[in-house]
Amino acid sequence: MGNNSLVSIADINKAEILEILEAAAYFEAHPNHKLLDGKVVATLFFEPSTRTRLSFETAVNRLGGRVIGFSDAGTTSTSKGETLKDTIKMVSNYVDLIIMRHFIEGAARYATEVTDIPVINAGDGANQHPSQTLLDLYSIYKTQGTLNDLNITLVGDLKYGRTVHSLIMAMQYFNPTFRFVACEELKMPEEYKQFCRDKGITFTEETNFSKDVIDSSDIIYMTRVQRERFTDLMEYERVKDRYSLHNSMLDTSKPNLKILHPLPRVNEIAQDVDDNPKAYYFQQARNGLYARQAIICRALGIDLSTINRSSDC
Amino acid sequence: MSASHTSNKKSLAVAALRNGTVIDHIPESTLFKAVRILGIENLQTAVTIGNNLESSKLGKKGIIKVSDVEFDENTLNRIAIVAPKAKINIIRDYEVTEKREVVLPDRILGIVKCPNPKCITNNEPVQTKFDVIDREHVILRCHYCGRALTSQDAVIE
Repeated sequence: MGNNSLVSIADINKAEILEILEAAAYFEAHPNHKLLDGKVVATLFFEPSTRTRLSFETAVNRLGGRVIGFSDAGTTSTSKGETLKDTIKMVSNYVDLIIMRHFIEGAARYATEVTDIPVINAGDGANQHPSQTLLDLYSIYKTQGTLNDLNITLVGDLKYGRTVHSLIMAMQYFNPTFRFVACEELKMPEEYKQFCRDKGITFTEETNFSKDVIDSSDIIYMTRVQRERFTDLMEYERVKDRYSLHNSMLDTSKPNLKILHPLPRVNEIAQDVDDNPKAYYFQQARNGLYARQAIICRALGIDLSTINRSSDC
Repeated sequence: MSASHTSNKKSLAVAALRNGTVIDHIPESTLFKAVRILGIENLQTAVTIGNNLESSKLGKKGIIKVSDVEFDENTLNRIAIVAPKAKINIIRDYEVTEKREVVLPDRILGIVKCPNPKCITNNEPVQTKFDVIDREHVILRCHYCGRALTSQDAVIE
């Protein structure tokens, strides 16, 4: 991978994370900036993901680039049996950057090995989704004014939720204290707990989403508990509401607390939380636009420190 | 039973080798994986494979003797995935001329199949690639999908 591709959050170090967050802040202040004038970007969505695709395509458009691509592999040669390698090679002839989402895990890593064009992974199955992690970090940074020394509570599906796993990996540089709140069936895998121990990150595990936990949190990161994850549906019925957040539970929470969620949410955050200023999940999604503008510029080697910032439009 | 009788029986269990390679101290549970990794089924020379032999170190062990073949170092190191304590003896004219241990490489190309059915390596003609993330317990991680597996669970391609 001899270029600025972004496949996994583990591909970038602390300094690079901070550079991306700084660039995201710049794009939030100046969202329309013709830095991609004359560039063509492919969005190859082998599985549909409207939210992520629109966010990336908006980012390219606001940067003045053009987009080609597809939003569903059913309409492409993939349905005729073309390999991913051939599709990537073909598209590489036309574009300056590939943004891809695939249901096959490792697809984006493999794509970087068959093309010299930079590749941004917009999600590969249950594996990696680094732009989500960077927008989560940007949301935390923006709302707390720092990434350092925060109490972060992760709630819900901690076993399969790739967003929480990537967040742990990315927060390793910032001395967080984690609380993992989940039922027995969906608790944090040993691999990530060992990662925390190796990095000296403090964490506790809880099965109760208690008042104490809520009141001491700076960030509560909610995730969806999916019915299909349970082998025992009785267990699902028993736990599904135990990890739901209601407005009344936030009465004595810290003033700086913010509620995050990667969306889409179902029942895990009640509608009555939406009007609470501590609810931040919709702004969080908007931050995805700025984070993705920053990721796209990095992938194309555009150094924001050298551009003429007075040319903002 | 006399001592000489026992010794005679032992020597009968595995035939002496004039020239070739003896791979000893293979765990009995992974012997046949080691056989596959070395590609022994395609060899034309005399091969002796023994398993469940008594071993003071492993309890039970497997052993492979191959006549007239000396494997290159990279090939031998591949069996470290399933037999990290294997000992290699190179035999020339009935004498052990070289003793070697296997060394687990940092990265393993091919050989092992990724257990994740949704991994790109099981869906496209891509060579598998694993990084060794724990040398002591021989834990590998797929370079593509990130799935970790132990050597016990490794399926040899």
